[in-house]
Amino acid sequence: MFQGYVQIAIFVVVLVALVKPLGIYLARVFQNERVFLTPVVGPIERGAYRLFRVRPEAEGQDWKQYARSLIVFSLLFWLLLYLILRTQGIQPFNPEGFHSGPWDVGFNTTSSFLTNTNWQYYGGETTLTYFAQMAGLAVQNFVSAAVGIAVLAALIRGIVSRSGKSLGNFWQDMVRIILYVLLPISVVGALFLVSQGVIQNLSHSTVIHTLTGGTQILAQGPVASQEVIKELGTNGGGFFNVNSSFPFENPSGLTNFFEMLLILVIPAALTYTYGRMVGSQRQGWAIFAAMFTLFIIGVVVVYMAEQHGSPAQHAAGLNTHAFHGSTGGNMEGKDQRYGIANTSLWAAITTVTSCGAVNGAFESLTGIGGAVPFSNLGFSEVVFGGVGTGLYSMLLYVILAVFIGGLMVGRTPEYLGKKIGAREIKLVSLGVLFTPLAVLLSAGAASATELGKRSLYAGINPTGFSENLYAYLSQANNNGSAWAGYTGFIQPHAPGNVGAFGITFADLLGGAVMVTARYAPILFVLAVAGAMSGKKVSPAGLGTMRTDNPTFVFLLIGIIILVGALTFFPAILLGPISNGLTGRLF
Amino acid sequence: MVQGLRKDLRIAAIAIIAMTVVLGLLYPLAITGVSQVIFPGPANGSKVTVDGKVVGSHLIGQEFKGKAWFHSRPSATEYSGNVTFFGNAGPNSAELREEIREELAAYVKLNKPYDHSLTREGVPVDAVTQSASGVDPDISEANALIQAHRVAAVRHLPLSKVEELISDNTDGRSLGVLGEPGVNVLELNIALDREAPLK
Repeated sequence: MFQGYVQIAIFVVVLVALVKPLGIYLARVFQNERVFLTPVVGPIERGAYRLFRVRPEAEGQDWKQYARSLIVFSLLFWLLLYLILRTQGIQPFNPEGFHSGPWDVGFNTTSSFLTNTNWQYYGGETTLTYFAQMAGLAVQNFVSAAVGIAVLAALIRGIVSRSGKSLGNFWQDMVRIILYVLLPISVVGALFLVSQGVIQNLSHSTVIHTLTGGTQILAQGPVASQEVIKELGTNGGGFFNVNSSFPFENPSGLTNFFEMLLILVIPAALTYTYGRMVGSQRQGWAIFAAMFTLFIIGVVVVYMAEQHGSPAQHAAGLNTHAFHGSTGGNMEGKDQRYGIANTSLWAAITTVTSCGAVNGAFESLTGIGGAVPFSNLGFSEVVFGGVGTGLYSMLLYVILAVFIGGLMVGRTPEYLGKKIGAREIKLVSLGVLFTPLAVLLSAGAASATELGKRSLYAGINPTGFSENLYAYLSQANNNGSAWAGYTGFIQPHAPGNVGAFGITFADLLGGAVMVTARYAPILFVLAVAGAMSGKKVSPAGLGTMRTDNPTFVFLLIGIIILVGALTFFPAILLGPISNGLTGRLF
Repeated sequence: MVQGLRKDLRIAAIAIIAMTVVLGLLYPLAITGVSQVIFPGPANGSKVTVDGKVVGSHLIGQEFKGKAWFHSRPSATEYSGNVTFFGNAGPNSAELREEIREELAAYVKLNKPYDHSLTREGVPVDAVTQSASGVDPDISEANALIQAHRVAAVRHLPLSKVEELISDNTDGRSLGVLGEPGVNVLELNIALDREAPLK
């Protein structure tokens, strides 16, 4: 395990080292300042404004205008993506000759990619044309990420603003985030991934006559260009059904490291951006500290549990101890080149963020190891979280912590000099509680009725319960990872969509949950930003509760755990923890 | 209000088309073009050839049967390279216990006649568990060293020679530290067949 911890430590060091430089860069992008890419990207940016006919510097939007632009934009993009998924038969870049999939799966997939979830009932390489992957899904990988970051930028502006109601301009934020952040990193990252073995072509799949005279068909496609933004934008939707465990998506220990870094780097750096924009780096580091603490506890727990092996393996007489030349541990659903440590680390990273890409099978995680993804999602994706979404959700918890702290010391709660009033607290509470409520209602509806049963793979036992709960936990939190036995799509004659059909209940419920649990919190967050903007700032006094010291970090962690645990602990107990504690086989 | 909505609709209509063209076509096609020029090998699947014929990919494992070959890990997909899925065996699955029991017994039965010290406790975990990708190209070093005894005997090679081939075809940790070492089964079997072809 020592070697594994060394690798985890290296990852942490590199991540932390990137927080400040990228954080500063992002702040400069949000504040419309000059950056080193301006000479190249500036003309394209101005061209985009001319094309859109917006003059961003003259068109600051209040929260309602910002929200309206966001909703209209998302609605039109939803329609376009659905159209793309339903017209596969007439598309270019379709060497396999695939036809469209079922309408209900299309509804689910469209909602999934619009909302940065990338929950996948469909299998990429067996159902989608290259055109749909590139011009449909990968576009959303950029756009949904940019929307999340834009909402965060608007919230920060609202918190900081001392006069006026403007939260910035939605169109400008989208253009700048895509052109200055997501696209340049993707171009460089994609080429690096190709150099390491991730495929990037438009060819027909290759039929190979193997060494021993068999036949193997290798799927092809434009993978690297999608892989990089799928991680960077915390999207997570794999080109292949088995996602980043497939060697053409993630061929080596190095690409694995790089991809993990891509997932976490923007959410981590945004805490620094936040500190810079509110004028106190300590505020940013305090939030980072709370996130990092919860993250690293999860990493250690899942790694230890996976290294221990599973009850089924022990009952079968398998020796799960490490020895010379063998990692030991629970290698079911894991690939050799990543081993236990890197599959465990990835599992924690992809669930604290709202990424959801996987490099191993979650359903095969041990009980206690599997409880880590559950808990991370139970914290409503505030521990780093999705790009933008994580920090804006976390700021709701910060305000909640300030409020509760204020009640404890008997003072009017203040955050960064602004008084927190009844309206803000109502909006924050709605924002904090909406997603957990969506999870419990939908998972409850699916597990309490016959309609949900058809999606189960493991049957009626703790693993089956986990499948169902995790499906809605993941979709409502816009994560997208899965206990992958759970399905909403049946494909009897793979590949292609011939004879394939969807499980309508699972597809529609999941799609509806993803959309509402994405946009309702966004509206609450923008409303909070609107309520905070223009508020008077009063200077901090002796009695002001500080929000940048260890006491506050501790309070914040406590409140996150309290809300998450009270909401989900009973349910998680019935799933993975039952598996972990009993050792019984089903 | 209505005017604002109309304006948003107009901008959004232009924006979604522009973004689809730039991010959905220009970007991936440009990356494809550049990759095909500067990294044609990896961009097309890191294919491996023997006597000019493509026999597989360095990155995608294949199924090997019989005593004369190194065997890959168990796979849920029978090493499919175009229809991928997880095995999804849960940690407390009684079915999984049975499968692992059978895999263990089969592995010991196959290799023990050539490696007399082999016991069930000595079987490395990767040899009897299904990979995630279904096409794991690697096995652990311990797994390869056990199978070396059998392969050496069947192919009439000295054990030391086979062990040398194993070490030649082991991908170490990236940069010496990232990931786990793995023995590339396809490359190893190609090297083996070159050294001592099957009659």
